[in-house]
This record gives sequence, C-alpha cells and structure tokens, in this order.
Amino acid sequence: MTNPVAWYRNPWRKPWVLGAVTVGYLLWSLLPVAVAVLFSFNAGRSRVTWQGFSMRWYYGDPLRSVWHDSSLHTALTHTLWLGVLATVITIPLGVAMALGLDRWRGRVPAGANLAVLMSFVLPEILIAVSLLFVATVLVSPLELGTSGQVAGLVTFQLSYPVVIVRARLLTIGRDYEEAAVDLGASPFGAVWRVLLKMLLPAIFASAVLVFADVIDDFIIVRYLSGDSTTEPVSVKVYNTARAAPTPALNALTTLLLVASLLAVSLGFLAFRVLTRGEKNAAGLDVFTGEA
Amino acid sequence: MAEADDRRRPPGSRLIWPLLALPGTVWLALLFVAPLYVVVAILFGGTDPILREPVPVWNPLDWDFTQFTYVWDHIVGSRPFFRPALVRTVVYVTIATLGCLLIAYPVAYFTARFAGRWKGVLLAALIAPFWISYMMRMLAWVNLLQTDGLVNRALSAGGLFDVHVDWLQGHAATVVLGLMYGYVPYMILPLYAGLDRAPVRMLEAARDLGASRWETFRRVTWPLSRSAVVVSLLVTALPMLGDYFTNDLLSGSPSTSMIGNLINNSVLTPGQTGQAGAFVLIILVVSVIPMVLYVRSTRSGADLMS
Repeated sequence: MTNPVAWYRNPWRKPWVLGAVTVGYLLWSLLPVAVAVLFSFNAGRSRVTWQGFSMRWYYGDPLRSVWHDSSLHTALTHTLWLGVLATVITIPLGVAMALGLDRWRGRVPAGANLAVLMSFVLPEILIAVSLLFVATVLVSPLELGTSGQVAGLVTFQLSYPVVIVRARLLTIGRDYEEAAVDLGASPFGAVWRVLLKMLLPAIFASAVLVFADVIDDFIIVRYLSGDSTTEPVSVKVYNTARAAPTPALNALTTLLLVASLLAVSLGFLAFRVLTRGEKNAAGLDVFTGEA
Repeated sequence: MAEADDRRRPPGSRLIWPLLALPGTVWLALLFVAPLYVVVAILFGGTDPILREPVPVWNPLDWDFTQFTYVWDHIVGSRPFFRPALVRTVVYVTIATLGCLLIAYPVAYFTARFAGRWKGVLLAALIAPFWISYMMRMLAWVNLLQTDGLVNRALSAGGLFDVHVDWLQGHAATVVLGLMYGYVPYMILPLYAGLDRAPVRMLEAARDLGASRWETFRRVTWPLSRSAVVVSLLVTALPMLGDYFTNDLLSGSPSTSMIGNLINNSVLTPGQTGQAGAFVLIILVVSVIPMVLYVRSTRSGADLMS
C-alpha cells in the first residue's frame, strides 16, 4: 500500500480525482448563485461589498425594492403568469398529440413527428425570429405581447410532453387498454379512464418541466414582448445587468428561484404520490429525460 | 397485428387517434413550420424602398437573391464583414462544448458509479441549475467579475497583488467560460443517463482481467458511452449557436460577437431583416446536418447496441 506505483496500478482504489472534480464542479456551479442570493439581502446598494443584512431590496426601500418598484414586480408576476398560461395550454395539447401520434400511421403523422423532433432540438432563436417576423411583417392574428409570447412558448415547449408521454406509453404497452375495450369500454373510455390515469406521473413531470422552463425562458419572450409591461424577469435582468443595477435585481431573481423551487418540490412530491407502489418509477428518470 | 386489432374494435376507434393528434399537429404547422417559410420568403423577398420594411415573396419562382448574395459576399467575398463573427462562433462553441465535456464526463461518471448513498443528493445538486434562471446565473457572474468584484479580490489574495482585470470588457475567455458555465448542466444529464446504464459487470470484468483504469476507460467505458456523448454534445452545442445574451452580458463588445449577436443586432433594425433571416437559415442548416447524421448513425447502430 505504501508503494505509490502499486497504489496507482490498483484498479480498485478509491476515485479521489473524480470525486474532487465533482465537488469542484458543484462549488463552481452553485457558489456564484449563492453569492447572488446573499447580496440580495445586502443593506447597501453595492453588489460586491457586504454592508449588513436587510430586507431593503425586497420591500424596505420605498422606491427601488421589488415590492415598491412596479417595473420589478410586474416582471415577476408576468413571468409566473406566462408560466401558468403556457403550461395549461401545452400539456393537454401535447398529451393528446402524444397519444394520437403513438397510433396514427401515415404521412401526416410522420410529418408531425418530424416537426416535434425539430422543435425539440433546433435552437430557440429560430422559433423566436420566425414568429417575430410573422407578428411584425405579416398581417396576422399573432400579436406582440402576452398572447404572442404564450403562442411562441407553447410552440417551443410542445415537444416536452410529447416526448415524455410517448416514452411512457412505450413502457405501458397496449395490454391495459385492450383489456378495457374487451371489458366493454369504448375506445375513448379506454383512453380517458385507463390510459390517462396511468400516464398521470408522466403528465405531471412534463408539466413541472414546462413550467420551470417557461419561467426561465428568454429569447422567445423577449422578441415577442410588446411593451415594458410584458417584459418578464429574464428580459429585465438582460436589460439592466450591465447598467449598474441595485441588489433589487438580485432580490427579483431570488424570488423567481424560490417560485421555481416551490413548483419543482410540489411537482416532485405529487409525482412520488402518484407513482406510489410502482417499482420501476425511481422518479428522477423522468426528469433526466430518460423515461 | 395492429390492423387486426382495429378491425375487432367498434367503428370510430380509428378516428380517435387522428383527432387527438390533430390540434398539436395544426399548431406546429401554423406556428413552427409556416413561420420558418416566412423567414425564407423574407430573405428572398424585397425591401420596401420608402418604409424600409421587408416585403416577403411567397413564390420561389419570383425570388430575389439580392439580400442573400449581399450576406454571402460579406462572408466569403473580399470584404468579409460577417466572417469574423462566424469564425468566432465555430471556435467559441467548439472550445466551450469540449470544455463542457471535460467537466461533465468525470462528474457524470462519478455520480453514476461511485456516488453510493449520496447519489440522490448529488443528482439533485446537478439538476439544481435547471431550476435556477439562466439569467440569474449570468447575473451572478456579472457581479463577481466586476473590477472590484470577488474574483479580482480573490486573485489579489487579500491585497498582496494589485489585480484590476476588466473581465467584462470583451474578453474571449470570459465568453467561453460563461458559455461553459451556462450549458454544462445540459450535458451532464444525458451523459449520466448513458453512463448509469452501462453494465457494471462489464467494467469489473475488465479490471479483474487485469486492465488498468485507463485501459478500462479507453476500451470499455468510452465505447459504451459513445452515443450518450454524441447526444450530449448536440444538446449543448446547438443552443450555444443561437446564444447572444451570454455574450452581451459578459462582454458586450463587437470584438467577441457571434452569429447570435449578428441576428439580434439586425433583426430589429429596419432594412436588415433579410440579413437576420439569412443568419437564421445558416443556423438552421448547421443544426439540421448533425441531427440527420445522428439519426442515421443510431439507425445503423441500433442492432449493434442491443
């Protein structure tokens, strides 16, 4: 053991280097954000020098705190509103599409499959610019502002529920549904009462993913925003990060982080409840894009 | 099989699937596919001489190639105004993606193989950046990299040295590191998923049979994870192609601008929408090619894997 060469050659030695890289990565990944959260509680207006703890930038400051500066809290509420709207539209649309594409054969569904795949992997800026052109150059019902943003977000996010639900459909198989039909259920009843129940965990997981992704969105919501009242948090940060902002900007993003973590924890808990008793539903698979 | 099933079922059971798929299909056709054609029609259309507004041309026979040749000439011609940004995009994205792989592979491998009872916690920490807004993570670095920020203070080691690096004034290194910081999480997860599936017994067999760690990695682990590596490279590199905000926040200087910045700068400028369309199409083509190659390789490699 004392011989370093023998130690190095031993294939069963502990992976210190890998462990160190992992810990180092986690520190690099999470410490900057922790510092940003910390400075949202700074008493002074510096974002680099700690001047004591206060809630000034949340509600204390009568002008520039998140609570009192309407441009800041409008950004926050608008972001959450977009998250809710986009999720509520995307999930039914995507789940129905996943069910349909799973069984429908022919040219149209093949094209739809390709479109889903493309919207899944193509850079977001393609969707954003093309919809911006549709809204500004053509005479079309698509308008800049909340409706346009939601339309763009749904287009970009639709592939998540489709991909996740179809993967789940693959593991469920046809047996349950056929049993239901054999026992007298209508085709629609079999989907509604059997299949949809079994898909609930996957639907939930995709809803959480879509919501978290939408409130983090930047490219689409920026190009399709109408005026300053439809600018969400990400756009606010982009516009002011380099222009000497106050720690109120840190407070704003911290609040968004809290909202996001709340949504994810609730979603994860619900997911655990829904998949209770299932052996293979380790839970995280769906979130890593595996399921 | 499926046809026999359908015949046994009551009428109408076959209609239900198209009906379910239709709303989503129509949505994508109207808001994803058709708008991409609008970009093409604007690129090959004209510009209103007075209002400087783009006039789309729908019929491919009437297409006007002026805007396209303008952009093309400024990429490959004698006055390559756009070329530096395109070259920079390739260089930055390549370095940042490979850098991401250097970080992500060991982390994913450690999590999949050695994390033990810490696996759940570790996974949660690795997923955490997904729930933290991208802009917040960039804002965090903007704060740290100020001239009087914590990075410079840490480098000056408590006043021993006098460090005044302007990290945020157009440094390529800052932009590449920022891209890596932003996109590493997206790479770790698919890699983890791939490595977690690799059969442990095979790796142990390699070591039992006398392979060194490096040999085991080179001959067993790496080949087993190759498809996961390709996927993770794609999901990291493609979004980077359209990224302009990381650049704007961490540099903001034209000396580091990428193709995303070209799009962002021209898309809202009257008279330059056609240019923006050309750059968008470049990104489209560049991202579709590796995708097609990947789909092809998985089709031919599907038998090999199983």
